[in-house]
This record gives sequence, structure tokens and C-alpha cells, in this order.
Amino acid sequence: MARQDKKRDVVIVGLGWTGSIAGIELAQEGLDILALERGHDQNTVPNFEYPQQIDELKYGVRLKMMQKPSHQTVTVRRSGDETALPYRSLGSFLPGNGVGGAGTHWNGLNWRPQPEELRLRSHVRENWGEQIIPEGMNLLDYPVTYDEMEPFYTRFEKVAGISGKAGNLNGVIQEGGNPFEGWRSEDYPMPPLPTTWDSTKFQEACTAAGLHPFHAPAGIASTAYVNPYGMQMGPCNFCGFCERFGCYQYSKSSPQTAILDALKRMPNFEYRTESEVLRVELAADGKTATGVTYWDEKAGEEVFQPADIVILSSYQLNNVHLMLLSGLGEAYDPLTGEGTLGKNYAYQMNGGVTLFFEDDNFNPFVGHGANGVCIDDFSVNQNDFGALGFIGGSYWRSGTFNGQPIRSMPLPKGTPGWGAGWKEGIGKWYGHAMSIGSHGSHMSYANNHLDLDPTYTDRHGRPLMRMTFNWQDNDLRMNQYMKSQMEPLAASMNPTSMQSGFKDVGAQYDVRPYQTTHNTGGHIMSETPAEGAVNKFSQTWKAHNVFAMGAGNFVQNTQYNPTGMVGGLAYHTVHAIRTQYLSNPRPLV
Amino acid sequence: MTDLPGYPSRRSFLKASAAGVALSGLAASASAEEKTPPVPLDQYERQYLNAEEWAFIMAATARLIPSEGDGPGAIEARVPVFIDLQLAGDYGTADDWYMEGPHDPTAEPARGWQTPLNPAEVYRQAIPTFNSWCETTYSKSFADLDTAQQDEALTALQKGQAVLAPELRDFFTILLANTKEGYFADPQYGGNHGMQSWVYIGFPGARAAFREWPERHNIKYPLGPVSISGERA
Ligand SMILES: Cc1cc2nc3c(=O)[nH]c(=O)nc-3n(C[C@H](O)[C@H](O)[C@H](O)COP(=O)(O)OP(=O)(O)OC[C@H]3O[C@@H](n4cnc5c(N)ncnc54)[C@H](O)[C@@H]3O)c2cc1C
Ligand code: SF4
Repeated sequence: MARQDKKRDVVIVGLGWTGSIAGIELAQEGLDILALERGHDQNTVPNFEYPQQIDELKYGVRLKMMQKPSHQTVTVRRSGDETALPYRSLGSFLPGNGVGGAGTHWNGLNWRPQPEELRLRSHVRENWGEQIIPEGMNLLDYPVTYDEMEPFYTRFEKVAGISGKAGNLNGVIQEGGNPFEGWRSEDYPMPPLPTTWDSTKFQEACTAAGLHPFHAPAGIASTAYVNPYGMQMGPCNFCGFCERFGCYQYSKSSPQTAILDALKRMPNFEYRTESEVLRVELAADGKTATGVTYWDEKAGEEVFQPADIVILSSYQLNNVHLMLLSGLGEAYDPLTGEGTLGKNYAYQMNGGVTLFFEDDNFNPFVGHGANGVCIDDFSVNQNDFGALGFIGGSYWRSGTFNGQPIRSMPLPKGTPGWGAGWKEGIGKWYGHAMSIGSHGSHMSYANNHLDLDPTYTDRHGRPLMRMTFNWQDNDLRMNQYMKSQMEPLAASMNPTSMQSGFKDVGAQYDVRPYQTTHNTGGHIMSETPAEGAVNKFSQTWKAHNVFAMGAGNFVQNTQYNPTGMVGGLAYHTVHAIRTQYLSNPRPLV
Repeated sequence: MTDLPGYPSRRSFLKASAAGVALSGLAASASAEEKTPPVPLDQYERQYLNAEEWAFIMAATARLIPSEGDGPGAIEARVPVFIDLQLAGDYGTADDWYMEGPHDPTAEPARGWQTPLNPAEVYRQAIPTFNSWCETTYSKSFADLDTAQQDEALTALQKGQAVLAPELRDFFTILLANTKEGYFADPQYGGNHGMQSWVYIGFPGARAAFREWPERHNIKYPLGPVSISGERA
């Protein structure tokens, strides 16, 4: 028999970015809140302290901050004909673990989608007609518009403490900002960070080519800053141990620096670590949840935790897994198109050029996770899909972000991978290379989806989630277009040599190299229960007291890193709970 | 936490930057501590590897990152010690990995680690197998070959020509990866002795404070590395 604990108003599953936002905003309503986090507790002090944190092997390579596959993982196959095999050791994506989640060790690139990306199907229909949509692509509009989301993006950017320069203030284009972004009601909370040498070279080349460079919007403090919860940040010192690391000096935007200390001071909030939620329990009529069952690692027992409201904020993959296990919707069937859970899983399509300059010193270890200069000249709202033959776009960025030598040792083509030639190569080229990356959109397809694996189980005996995923021609064509545009720009910078890495049509998904932890979809938002798992307020269509947050809500992935949208949606959701749901709990749509 | 000399605590850091004071580098306040030299590699007490495996690792890493030319080789960097310690620890036993069956070690490489063996077991089984391939091909085990033959044998191993069972297929890949890790990781893990690899390429190790550097364009960072334990080179 599971232990049963006293009922709470709200139980939060996972204490990363979205769980922290839900926690503090709902705690302000005076609700009795319990957050359950499967991982360990961690905070700037003592866990991210200098110098222990400055350890590439432990955090960058052995990934000690991340989800352990021995505890939780997925199986992967590239088509319905393949047998899915477990993702046994981390490679392609690195889900977070422990208090703060992946928000602790992300890069901090914080974007809002373009308005067109939130109504992409309509954008395509109005400009080119639906006949350009390839067969098998589940192209959708979001059930929220950019204008509705704008205040919530702004709110998240203030809380997280984002540095940047507006390109569009209330419709007026601003010099030095991104002219292709959606309108902003206010400028960024902090000015942009200083520009490193590689970004400067890129910026100059872009300007010379008539493109529109601007500073990457960074969840990295450029000045001293106090956010709306009274949390303080200090300016980043470009320590270079940023992506995959906790920040040792309160400069990277994270749940720890932006929310958690303020939240922990609230008497009506409690959190428990090493408490892994196993499933959401539904009432007999299946229309509401009664609470969650979790594994209390310290006590070594299952606990039933009753609650009036359940917030799923356990990251996209874990949310979808929990929803499949709990019957919070029907599993998606790609053959019939019926069912919604696991539908429209999407990812990110990236490529890039590495440039070698024998006489330049880039000091690649001087950087931060969101360093650099970007352009949006090849982004979704700039591309003529009809003429180009694909739907999508990308942003480009150049900026040092981790020059640690185990992982970052670009060498010119032809340099041996080992032996005397390799050793000579690292001596000659370390510090003399820079890169330009293309970070591109990824559409949703009937063939890319999530369900439960028939064979493999986790340590609790639950089926693992199965990912069916492969690259699709539309996105690969987009990537090749970026290559064709980026190579001439890179060549205009006159490098000693350069080389490209862009997946081409025919590329198969490889789980080994890191790509991004931007897994999206699977519990998508929709106008009607037939199309998605949650409504525009992230409320599950199945049980009105369950809200599922995070990038699982994305109908397809945008060209940007997801967290600006994830944070905006989290604020949009908690606003609806505060203003509409608490006074009258019911389906909000 | 004990700050390295010259490193500000958070509070003094914020104060310093608020006042617009440039942070001083730590080289000035540094005093190199003399350390007792480590045990010679031939007297090193192995934690995981047996004698045959150790002889192989010594010989193989010495070819993967040779001593000749500029910069340290794997032997000067004490990479074999790093590998031994890693295999004895939770990397060797794949503690964090999902190792439940069924396994399909013949799956194509793009599907990731699919052997039922953990890295320590892969080394254990692959080394004697590869040594017997060397015996068949050259009538000597790997460690006894001349360096040209060793390079040739490693190339065959890398290309999958020195055939190993599918369970051991990733041996060369992890051997090379672990060798480079041992070369570049913080010295606390047993390799990168004296931070020689960092000195060689110009990586400042655990300095991790470059507030005044982003806009010093195209100027080579001048300070040598520090390690997590506070060593300098
Ligand atoms: C290396 C890296 C770099 C990234 N860089 C960027 C970037 O530059 N820009 C960007 O926009 N995004 C980036 N991301 C993605 C970003 O981190 C995520 O979008 C963001 O953290 C998602 O917030 P979340 O609340 O959904 O999940 P998380 O912040 O990951 O939090 C989820 C939490 O839930 C916990 N949990 C999971 N399952 C359970 C369970 N069953 N029971 C209890 N707790 C559970 C987890 O342990 C975790 O703490 C990056 C991610 C990684 C890993
Ligand atoms: S680069 Fe800056 S924000 Fe990132 S971890 Fe270092 S100090 Fe913190």
C-alpha cells in the first residue's frame, strides 16, 4: 500500500524553469503548494562554487548534471519499421535533473518566436497556398497569437534577466536590434554584453553584405540587476564554463538566480527532492486528477499525494511519458491521425561553418553560453517558401561559448584524428578557429512521434517512452539552403581555410553527437480536443485540473531555442489559473 | 569554498564590478607550490587494469598522442593513469547508463551504445582479442611491435579491419576518446600531468574569470593555466 500524505492545493511535478514559475506565481495566491523533484537539491552555493564547478570532464563530458539514463531514458527508432533501441548513454539531447532542471545548465539564448511562426499554417496558406505543404507534414497554427503572448514574454524576460537590444519597439524599428523580430512593449531588461573578436568579425562581414546583425538575446547578466521577485544578478565574467555548468557567480539566468530563493522564503511553498512522480491519478470518472503517485527515494516507498491542481513541469519528454502512463489523453496513431499524446514531436535542424584564421587569436575560452552576434535575414518571416522549396528558416550566430579542449577542438579537414599529426594540429590551431552556426526550424510530421515502448522498462517497471524520429526532406532542404548562403559570407571573411557541417537530404538521425536539448511537441496545444492534448492555457483536455507546461506544447518547433516561448507560455498559463481557474475550476476552453 | 588567491568572492566581485574596478589577474599573487613528483608509471599501483592491459594502454596511448614533436605525449601527461582510474570508477561501470537488455550490439553505430558490456568490460575483452590479432598478423603482441607497426595496427583497429566482435566494436572509439580526455581533463583525474597539455595549446584551465577580455580583440591571452586544486603552470 502506498503511503498517503496530506492533501495540497497544488502539486508541481519537476522544479525546473516552468515548475519554479508555477510555484512562485501560485504561491502568491496563498495556495498550499508542494513541488516534487526527482533529482537532487542544488544551489549556487554550495553546488556551483568556484573552482569545483570548472570541471570539463565531470560536467561537460560525464554529464553529471543531467538525467541519468539508468533512472530514466527513452528508446529511439528512425521509422516504424525499425526496432526501437534504448538511448543508453546521453548524446543527442541532455535532459536536466535536479532542482533548477535544464534551466541550471542551459546556454541562455532567449528568444521569442516570430509572430508568423505562431500562425505558420495560415502564413503559408495566405502567401503560397496549402499545396506547398509536403505530404506527412502536420503544419499547424498555435492557438495563441503573438499579440496575446507579448506581455508574458516580457514578463519572463524581466524575471529571467535577459540582456539584449530591442529591434522593434511597439512597431518602430530600432537601430542595432533585430529588425525582423515581433514587436516588443519594452526593451530588454539589460543592455547587450560585450562583443568578442569572432562576433565582431562576423558582424562586420554581415554589415558589408547588407545583412542586419544584432546581439544574441542572452539570459546572461550584462550589469547588476534586480528582477521583479527581488532576486539579484551580477555581470557575467565570460568564464566560459556555462553550457552544461551551473554558474558560480549569479550571472546566468536560471531558476536558482531568478526565482528559487524568493520562492523558498514563502511559507506556503514546500519542495521535496529525490521524489520521482510515477503517474497522475485520475478520479473514477476520468475527468479530473486526484493527485500524483511518486517514488520517495529516501523512504524507499511509493507515496500518493492528493492535490486539487496538478502542474506537469517535468520537461517535454518526461511530461509526455507521464501523460501516456496516466491516460491523460489517447496515444497518437500516425496511420489514422487519431489520438493526440505523442503527436508532433519535433526537434531542431542545425548546421554551421568553421573558419580557421592562422593569424587571429580568438581566446575561445573567453565566452558565455549565449555569446555572439546573430542575423535573422534568413529567418522564417524572411523566406519565400514557395520559391525556395521548403517551409522554415534559421537564425545564425557567431560567438565563443565554450573553448574547453576535450569538446571544442576544431581542426582543419585533413588533420589526422590521432598521432603526431593530431598533436601538431592542436598546437597550431587551438584558439585560431571560429564558427558560424545556423539554428533552424523543425516542422512536425506524422512519422515523428512518441508512444510507449513495447519491450524496455525503467527501474520502476514502467514502459520507457519510445521516440520515432528521423530527419525529413523539408528541413534538410532548408539546411542546405543555409549552407549555400553561409559559405559565401564565410568566404568573404578571408579565412585561411573553412569547412561546413550541414546535414543533407538522406541524413539519418544519429543519437550520438550532441545536437540540442530542444525536444518539442507530444502534448501540443490546440483549438479542439481532437487535435491536441492541451488547450491554449496548457490545460489538459482530458482533466481540467491538470496543466502541462513546457515545449511539449509546441505544435511544431520554431527556428529558435525554445525557452523564451516556454517561459512565456508558463506565465500565460499561471495567469489563466490565477484569474480564471481558481475562482471557478473548470475547462477554460 | 576557499577562493584561489586573487579570485574575488561573489560579494567582493559584485562590489568590484560596481565600482568599475578591473579585476586583477591572479598570476601576481601566485606562488607555485612545489609538489612531490608522482610515482613513475612503471611503479604505479593499478586500480583496474591488469599487467597485460597496462602494457597495451601504455603502448597504445603513446601512439595516439606520441611524445615526439612539440607538446607533451600521452605518457608525459600520464594518460594511462587517467584511463585506469576512469575504468575503476563509475564511468567504467557505466553507472549512469541504461544497461538493461535485450541488447543488439550489431545495430548500426548511429544508434548509440548497444553492447551489453560496460566500458571497463570492453577494455577487458578487447585488449586480449586485439593482442591476438597482432600476434596473428605480426607474431608479436601490440606492446612489442615497433612504432610503425603499432600505428598500422591501430589504423586497422580504427577501420574495423582488426575484427572484433560487435560487442567490442566501439573499443577504438572509446580508447581514443578516453586518451584525449586524460590529456585535457583537470589533473585531479590523474592525467594532464602538470597541465602540460593546457600550456601547450594555450588553454588557461580553471581560471574562468575573463571580465576584461571579451573586447581585447585578437590579443592572445597571456596567463598560464591553473588547476582546480590551485596548481599553476
Ligand atoms: C545543455 C543545454 C543547453 C540549452 N540551451 C538552451 C538555450 O540556450 N536556449 C533555450 O531556449 N533553451 C536551452 N536549453 C533548453 C532549456 O534548458 C529548456 O527549454 C528549459 O529548461 C525547459 O524548462 P522545463 O521547466 O520544461 O524543464 P527543466 O528546466 O528541465 O525542468 C524539468 C525538471 O523536472 C524534473 N523531473 C523530470 N521528471 C520528473 C518526475 N517524473 N518527477 C519529478 N521531477 C521530474 C527534472 O529533474 C527537472 O528538474 C538547453 C538545454 C540544455 C540541456
Ligand atoms: S559564462 Fe558568465 S553566466 Fe556563464 S557560467 Fe560563466 S559567469 Fe556564469
